[in-house]
Amino acid sequence: MSYEAVIGLEIHSELKTKTKIFCGCATGFGAEQNTHVCPVCLGLPGVLPVVNRSVVEYAIKAGLALNCTINKFSKFDRKNYYYPDLPKNFQTSQYDLPIAEHGYVDIEVGGKQKRIRITRIHMEEDAGKLVHSGTTIRDSSSSKVDYNRTGVPLIEIVSEPDMRTPEEARAYMEKIKSILEYIDVSNCKMEEGNLRADVNVSLRPVGTEKLGTKTEMKNLNSFKMIESALSYEIERQEDVLEDGGEIIQETRTWDDGRAMTVSMRSKEKAQDYRYMPEPDLVPIVLTDEDIEKFRATLPELPDARRARLVKEHGLSEYDAASLTASRAMAEYFDAAVSAGADAKLAANWIMGELSKHLNSSDMALSDSAVKAKMLAEMLGLLEKGTISSKIAKTVFEEMWQTGKNPGVIVEEKGLVQITDTKEIEAIVDKVINDNPKPVADYRGGNAKSIGFLVGQVMKQSKGKANPAMVNKLLKEKLG
Amino acid sequence: MKLTEKDVDNVAVLSRLSIPQEEKAKYMKQIDDFLEYGDVLQQVDTQGVEPMAHILPLKNVFRPDEVKPSLDRKLALSNAPEQEDGYFVVPQIIE
Repeated sequence: MSYEAVIGLEIHSELKTKTKIFCGCATGFGAEQNTHVCPVCLGLPGVLPVVNRSVVEYAIKAGLALNCTINKFSKFDRKNYYYPDLPKNFQTSQYDLPIAEHGYVDIEVGGKQKRIRITRIHMEEDAGKLVHSGTTIRDSSSSKVDYNRTGVPLIEIVSEPDMRTPEEARAYMEKIKSILEYIDVSNCKMEEGNLRADVNVSLRPVGTEKLGTKTEMKNLNSFKMIESALSYEIERQEDVLEDGGEIIQETRTWDDGRAMTVSMRSKEKAQDYRYMPEPDLVPIVLTDEDIEKFRATLPELPDARRARLVKEHGLSEYDAASLTASRAMAEYFDAAVSAGADAKLAANWIMGELSKHLNSSDMALSDSAVKAKMLAEMLGLLEKGTISSKIAKTVFEEMWQTGKNPGVIVEEKGLVQITDTKEIEAIVDKVINDNPKPVADYRGGNAKSIGFLVGQVMKQSKGKANPAMVNKLLKEKLG
Repeated sequence: MKLTEKDVDNVAVLSRLSIPQEEKAKYMKQIDDFLEYGDVLQQVDTQGVEPMAHILPLKNVFRPDEVKPSLDRKLALSNAPEQEDGYFVVPQIIE
C-alpha cells in the first residue's frame, strides 16, 4: 500500500524583548545561571505578574504578518503540569482565546506553490533549562536547573496538518522564520533555541481522508533536523503499518547522533493540563483602530518584496527568492541598487562572492566590512571597464579584509585595467615571441591555442589587461 | 455518586497528593458534593450572557519593556533544598 504523510508544526519563537513576559528580568542569552530571576519568574507565592506591552505588540504584528485574524478579546490561562523547568507548576499560556487565529503562509516546493493554514498564534512563557548529571535524563540521578529562560516571552504558531512531505515542512519553517525576521520580533537564532518546532506526523493510505495515529517530536531547532526527523519517522511508521502493526500515539525524541527517533516510553497517561483562566492577569481588549495601527507598521514582507524584485529589476524568480529570504540581504540589495549598482550584477555578487564570504566565516551581513555602497561602487568600476571581473574579485577580497573603498584599493594597488593599446601590444608581442609552439599551432589551424596565449598575456599583465582587447590584438598579430 | 474511586486516584496524582485508602471514600463524597453544586449552577439560564474571563472590570494592564534588577543569586537560591554551582538541584526526573 502506498501512504501519504500528514504533517503539522507547532513553532515556538522567542520574542526579542529586553525583558521577560511578566517581570522586568533581562532576557539576554548566555548569562550566568540563575542571575536573571526574580520572585515573579521563580513563582514565589504572593507575586503579581504584569504583561510586557512589547510582547503583545510583537504577537499582534506576527499575527498580522501571518495573515491571521487578531482577536479583539484575548486572555491568559494556566496550563498545569509538573516539570522542574517550570517553577510555578503551570505555564502561563493562552487557551481558548489566543491573540491571533486563522492565518496562512504560502510556500513553494519544487516549483509548486502551496498554502499552509495557521490555526492560531498564542503568547506564553518559556521554561527554564535543565542540565542533567548523566548523559541522558533517564540515567541522571539529579538535574540542575537554570531559571534564566523561565518567563522569556514566546509565541507559539500552530499550523493545520497541511504539509505532506519533509520538504514542505522545511519550506514552511523557513517561511515563518523569514517573516518573523522581516517584522523584527524575534532573533530567530535557531542554534540558541530562539526558534524551534514540535513536529507531528501521521500516515494514511493515499486517497483516504481519515487521519492516522500521530507521533510528535519536540524541540527540533534546525531545518535539517526537521527534515531528517520527519523522513525517518515517516519511514518507521510505514514499516510498522506494512508489518500489520499499529502506531502508538507518543512523543519521540530525535537522536541527532544516531539519526533516528526514539520512543520516550512515558509511563504517564495522556497529559491532563487542566487549563484555567489566569486570575492574576486581566484580559487584552483591542479595537479595530489599534489593530490597523499595527498593520500600518508592518514592513514589506518577503512575498511582496520578491514580486517587486522580479517586476522592477527583471530578476529571475529564483534569484529574487534567494535575495528576499532574509530581510537584511533584501535591504542590502536595495541599498546597492539605489547606490547605482546594476541590479542583475548586484544580485550575482551578493548571492555569489558576498554570501560565500559570509558563510565561510559564519558572519552576519551586518558585520560585513563590504557595505552595500562599496559593492555598488565596485560594480560601477567593473561596468565602466576600469577593472576586469577577475580584478573585481581581488578588490572584493581586499574590501572584505580592510573595509577600504574600492576606488582607493584600485588606486593603491595599481589594479586599473590596462586599456592602453600600446601597453597591451608590448605584452602581446612578448608572449608571441616567448611561445613559438602555440603560435605555430594557431597558425596551423588550431584555433584553440589562442586561449593559452590570451592566458599568458593576462598573467603577465597581472590580470589587468582587458581580455577583449587582448583577444583582438592577438588575432590581428597572428592573422 | 458521580465519581468512582479511580477518579479520586486520578485527581490525587494530578495534584501530587497521596490519599490513604481509608480516606478515599470521604474525599469522594466531598468532590461529589462540588460536582452536584455544579449541577445546580448548570440550571441557570445563561442565554445571552457573555462568558466571564475575569472577575475585575479591568483590561489592558501592561508594563513597559524596561529591565529591572533581578534577585541576587544567593537570595534566589536561599530556599532551595539543594543547590550546586548557582543551580537549583532536583532529584531524578524520569525513573
